[in-house]
Amino acid sequence: MRATEPGRTSLRPPTECRGLAAPAPVTPPLVEFRSVGFGYPASARHRARPFRLAGLSFAIAPGEIVGVIGPNSSGKTTLIRLLTRVLEPVEGEIALEGERLQSWGRAELARRVAVVPQGVPRELPFTVRELVLMGRYPHAPGRFFENPADVAAARSAMEATGVLDLAPVPLAALGGGETQRAVIARALAQEPRLLVLDEPTAHLDLRYQVETAALVRRLNRERGVTILLVSHDLNLAAQVSDRLLLLAEGGLVRLGAPEDVLDETLLADIYGCDVRVESNSATSRPTVWVPYTTDASPRRAER
Amino acid sequence: MSPHARLALTVGGLAALLVAVAAAALFVGSAAISPGAVIDAVTGRAAPASVESVVTRAIRLPRIAVAALAGAALAVAGVAFQALTRNPLAEPSVLGVSGGAAFGVVIGQSFGLGLTVPEAMGLTGLAFAGALLAAAAVYAIAAAGRGTIQIQTLLLAGVIVGIFFSAAITVIISLLDVNRLGGVIYWLLGNLAPIPPGALGLFAILLAVGFGLVLSHARELNLLALGEESAQQLGVNAERLKLTIFAGAALLTASVVAFAGPIGFVGLIVPHLLRMLLGPDNRLLVPTALVGGATFLLVADTLARNVVAPAELSVGVITSFCGAPFFVYLLRTRYRGTL
Repeated sequence: MRATEPGRTSLRPPTECRGLAAPAPVTPPLVEFRSVGFGYPASARHRARPFRLAGLSFAIAPGEIVGVIGPNSSGKTTLIRLLTRVLEPVEGEIALEGERLQSWGRAELARRVAVVPQGVPRELPFTVRELVLMGRYPHAPGRFFENPADVAAARSAMEATGVLDLAPVPLAALGGGETQRAVIARALAQEPRLLVLDEPTAHLDLRYQVETAALVRRLNRERGVTILLVSHDLNLAAQVSDRLLLLAEGGLVRLGAPEDVLDETLLADIYGCDVRVESNSATSRPTVWVPYTTDASPRRAER
Repeated sequence: MSPHARLALTVGGLAALLVAVAAAALFVGSAAISPGAVIDAVTGRAAPASVESVVTRAIRLPRIAVAALAGAALAVAGVAFQALTRNPLAEPSVLGVSGGAAFGVVIGQSFGLGLTVPEAMGLTGLAFAGALLAAAAVYAIAAAGRGTIQIQTLLLAGVIVGIFFSAAITVIISLLDVNRLGGVIYWLLGNLAPIPPGALGLFAILLAVGFGLVLSHARELNLLALGEESAQQLGVNAERLKLTIFAGAALLTASVVAFAGPIGFVGLIVPHLLRMLLGPDNRLLVPTALVGGATFLLVADTLARNVVAPAELSVGVITSFCGAPFFVYLLRTRYRGTL
């Protein structure tokens, strides 16, 4: 039996204590990476050093929010691509609901895992409704037009992210925050168990960053969707996530509660600059800030 | 309105228009035949060997059929190439694919292939090979070293490949026997000529296959507009989709070039007009392009047959006269930001 159905109010298994340290995965993990390694084919033109991901092991329990953080080219995007079979691991294996990812069909996988990309291509000519209905494809790839059940699911997804009023509006006419919510609605229309958000606040104003954080938490709470939040924004990740996964240079550096992962010394070493961590008095979660007083810290030793 | 209803309404309306245009085309032409005589000829009441009967049944009817089939195939190929390249200006002739197919056909013609069914199969096969070669060349040039293809790179690559194949065609024509020259030139101008019933049947089958391939993937083509990675993450097998659509569109282009000659811009004009009416959904565009393309080329050919009567213009001239300004208009207005 599945731990969480994609329904409204979910009956949570007692293992998922929110806000506390890493929930012990008593229920089988939703996703598990086991010593996963990957390397892009060497191409002298693109990188001086070819990117490699090595020995990546972690598990995501149903219902939790995991934030993936790390500097540029630390492997965040590669992790999403491996999880969605855009790329295949070279070593190790990835399991979804206990079964090897390679044994899942593409559509089957898209009914479990939905990705919210950083936006939509420029000049995408579709309306919000048309975009959200695209999320119904994996539920019946052979169906030519969506049926009433698809339309109802799309409607519910648009309601959840507050874009129902914008349904007939062309995407090109939307602002950044609205586009973001339309794209999240498209992913929700897939009715996934795991929602992967790729830099959800990358191009957003502060207000929309706060809105997005609230939306992510609400979707997790009300729909029981497990969330993997990939972000540059350490504070967003710290505020929203139950656990953080810190990547650097293609490897897992630390996985745990935000206050354990966001360690001044560790971050200064990984990011190569002076970093301060304090507790957010409103949420009692860690908050990261950079003093901007010096150049890059000499603390970053040659690795 | 539900998408089913919109689709049915538009296809129905266009089909009615197509029938009306086809009927009108039957009554006009350089030979002055009275409407009554045309009706007699079509219904079989005129003597089979009479001028009226021959002109109506052996010239006008097959020509109407070729025009409709060619227009349908070109418009569907246009929609397919536009979705495949995610580029609204892509089209068989702009991409150089028609040029590659024409090269294949000229090679076939230089070996004396005509339009009996087996020879027509050979011609189409050569055209298909040429179309694939040209499309692969354009893709290789435009995508060299990068993942995404810019509009201007794609258009330039198409122009370059087109120039290369037209030079190659000129070489073959220069070496050609004088007796065969006239037919090749006439065909090369994009002249719709009546073709034998067997070839017409083959043309219809190839159109049906190409149309079926594109239509059955119309929903996936919408998802491809989100980008390949997003399409994959939504459950689309993007590699297989691209190959299938590529093959279908090349087949449609090749069959038009083999049976009717290289006719430009239909695949640009018709899909754009339909997009203005129906929006970007390929599930609506593909079937309506079939009927709309047939209607458009039939109108163009009827004009070509009659504006300078008793002489004839080639239909390719009419479509290019319409298409070139249309292309410029699109460049200057809609896609200004992307260039």
